[in-house]
Amino acid sequence: MNFYDYKVDGFYDEMCESDGRPRSANLPLINLINSLPSKDLKHRQKAAELALLNLGITFGVYGNKKGTEKIFPFDIIPRLIPADEWVILEKGLKQRVQALNLFIADVYSAQKILNDNVVPKELVLSSKSYRQQCVGLKPPRGIWAHITGIDLIRDEKGVFHVLEDNACCPSGISYVLENRATLKRIYPHLFKTMRVRHVSNYCDQLYATLQHIAPKHCSSPQIAVLSPGIFNSAYFEHAYLAQQMGVPIVEGRDLIVIDGFVNVRTTAGFQRVDVLYRRIDDSFLDPDVFNKESMLGVKGLFECYKNGNIGLANAPGTGIADDKAIYAYTPDIIRYYLNEEPIIPIVKTYICRNDKDREYVLENIEKLVVKIVNGAGGYGMLIGPSSTQDQCNEFRALIQKNPEDYIAQPTIALSRAPTITNNNIAGRHVDFRPYILQGESTYVLPGGLTRVALVENSLIVNSSQGGGSKDTWVLGDPNQEK
Amino acid sequence: MISRVADSIYWMNRYLERAENIARFIDVNLHLILDLGFEAVEHQWQTLVTTSGDDKDFSKRYNDFTENNVINFLTFDEENPNSILSCVRAARQNAKSIRDTISSEMWEQVNRFYLLTQKYSRMKEIINLQAFFHEIKQANHLFIGLSDTTMSHGQAWHFARMGRILERADKTARILDVKYFLLLPSAEFVNSSYDAVQWAALLKSTSAFEMYRKKFHAINYKDVADFLIYDTEFPRSLSYCLLTTLKSMRAIVGYTKTECAALTELDSFYKELKNCEIETILRDGLHEFIDRFQQNLNHIDQEIRTSFIEMKLPTTSAGNKQVGSQLLSQ
Repeated sequence: MNFYDYKVDGFYDEMCESDGRPRSANLPLINLINSLPSKDLKHRQKAAELALLNLGITFGVYGNKKGTEKIFPFDIIPRLIPADEWVILEKGLKQRVQALNLFIADVYSAQKILNDNVVPKELVLSSKSYRQQCVGLKPPRGIWAHITGIDLIRDEKGVFHVLEDNACCPSGISYVLENRATLKRIYPHLFKTMRVRHVSNYCDQLYATLQHIAPKHCSSPQIAVLSPGIFNSAYFEHAYLAQQMGVPIVEGRDLIVIDGFVNVRTTAGFQRVDVLYRRIDDSFLDPDVFNKESMLGVKGLFECYKNGNIGLANAPGTGIADDKAIYAYTPDIIRYYLNEEPIIPIVKTYICRNDKDREYVLENIEKLVVKIVNGAGGYGMLIGPSSTQDQCNEFRALIQKNPEDYIAQPTIALSRAPTITNNNIAGRHVDFRPYILQGESTYVLPGGLTRVALVENSLIVNSSQGGGSKDTWVLGDPNQEK
Repeated sequence: MISRVADSIYWMNRYLERAENIARFIDVNLHLILDLGFEAVEHQWQTLVTTSGDDKDFSKRYNDFTENNVINFLTFDEENPNSILSCVRAARQNAKSIRDTISSEMWEQVNRFYLLTQKYSRMKEIINLQAFFHEIKQANHLFIGLSDTTMSHGQAWHFARMGRILERADKTARILDVKYFLLLPSAEFVNSSYDAVQWAALLKSTSAFEMYRKKFHAINYKDVADFLIYDTEFPRSLSYCLLTTLKSMRAIVGYTKTECAALTELDSFYKELKNCEIETILRDGLHEFIDRFQQNLNHIDQEIRTSFIEMKLPTTSAGNKQVGSQLLSQ
């Protein structure tokens, strides 16, 4: 396997220029792969997969009685981001999460941005992610979205755009860290020669972020990760983060509110918990306040939070910042709060509840991607250019019936990155999710999750629909001494 | 530490120990049958099911106690909650929920253990069963070794050891009971070479054969029973297992600083065992002794639940302690 027959096919390619020559930053990697014996790369891929299987980084295959499990597909050719591009991304990401945080705080207090008609009031107040219960809430240190993952894509010209914000509980970071551990075994020498920036202090940063929001009276706070339990598809990640931070993982059934404080049932009786990194949706946090049916949450948790007796990351209510319709207004949100121009652009978005936008969408649906406002995981979306007439008409009807549930965007030919296929290396579409922590300061992990659509020509990178992942190497500045 | 975690680590170890013991029983039986020729083979296999205490469940799905039926029931029968396959799956399920507590090495080993049983269960025909049982035993030994060398010997570790050792005591007791029950009526065999072969098999299934030889040399049922009940140095004897459990429970109470009925009960259970002796036990009936022993084991298991896992809510806020971060993760 090598790059001699590799074709960019007219797409923006992460590793090669439009004429097929390697981008200069990628040369050491390409040279190494080209120098390997023909089956070596495939062997390395297989060995990496076996290691992941033994580590149990897997998901169950439904309908298989024998309990077969599969690893999350993973491609061992990394995706590189050169130092100069990263500097801009990092700035843009910081700018974005700071603005989103100010937006959430405003929405649940004075609502200035709504009263100034920068974001339509009824769009926010009618959103399924808006939590009336959070009005007047004062989260510790004024931070709402402590952990954010922002999905970026490159268009045909190679320009990064924000595709989506994940401000509730973004997942995937454990794959970033595990993928890196795997690649360090596969290409030990490249890390040094290419100045790949390390991602190994993410969990330290996360711990510090959580420590920062402990109630004021705590000198050494008890932190825990709140998980729905082992049957959740992201459970591996919950356990991984808890283990790496050295904090316990708890489930709702372990917790109980006593005298206004959250306690965990231990072998020595009930003991207080000060900060929860919650990995359950906020609607399940507390059956007293949100979803009454919730078995995952803790009765009375919200009241403790309101009284400042426990820290929660992320704060309840942050979902309003990743609403797909409000997304269309994020450039205005950035200008409004920071008085700056957005550094990373967003994708042109048509909000179907607006008459003009809807008209355009209905007329041009064959060219557009249509998404449900509150959807996730790549479900319930239509990619116009690769859909049949019937499918397009079906979505036309859906939009006319519930216009407020839909947005549409032009179809963007995502950039491609070289990926191992059955018998060679070929271009596959990718996106990129960097992670941002907001604590005492704002921290952007120099790396992130590159998701890759393993199916040829597919634009859907979600793991539930044939997507895999790649390690992302953010390169250090070659002009700077290490 | 969190009660649910204590419960999971305790059961994870019980299940793994159980899987290993089942592999031992079957493996030794396979050898034994070769020594005995074809006679008595049928009830020889039935014994194994009786040993695990699952006669009723067996009869629901199988007609007779043939070698194939029994081995399938005890190894790969998914409906039998005590088959090797089910035990290892349950252990892994528990391990998954406490991955933040056990070391990565331990988790990886439980996972490999699981993949191993899955791999064998998918084979149409197992050409080398003995190799499989050998791998099972090795897998658990590796796991125990990793527990000892990669995990801090704090509260969680003691819950783990308690689970493992209580399970071991239960299995040693069961196998002694069943063998004794089956072997003793055949009075004409007492002290015959046939008898010695059977008792040797019993020792082998608890990995006790070589250690027994060093101490008693010749094989007879009284010394075998004495060794498996009272030896103070052999790690599978009832006495050794109870003492180890006691040590772990004392350590746990040292962490929790709680009033603990489980410890009091275990203390008197151990004393009761120590105050008895093999002559009395054999005179009054080994079966009766073991019956009582197992009731006591179940009682201790229940007391552990009440003392550490399912406590009642405090009636006043006095029970609500503020603690530093180190205590929870111990």
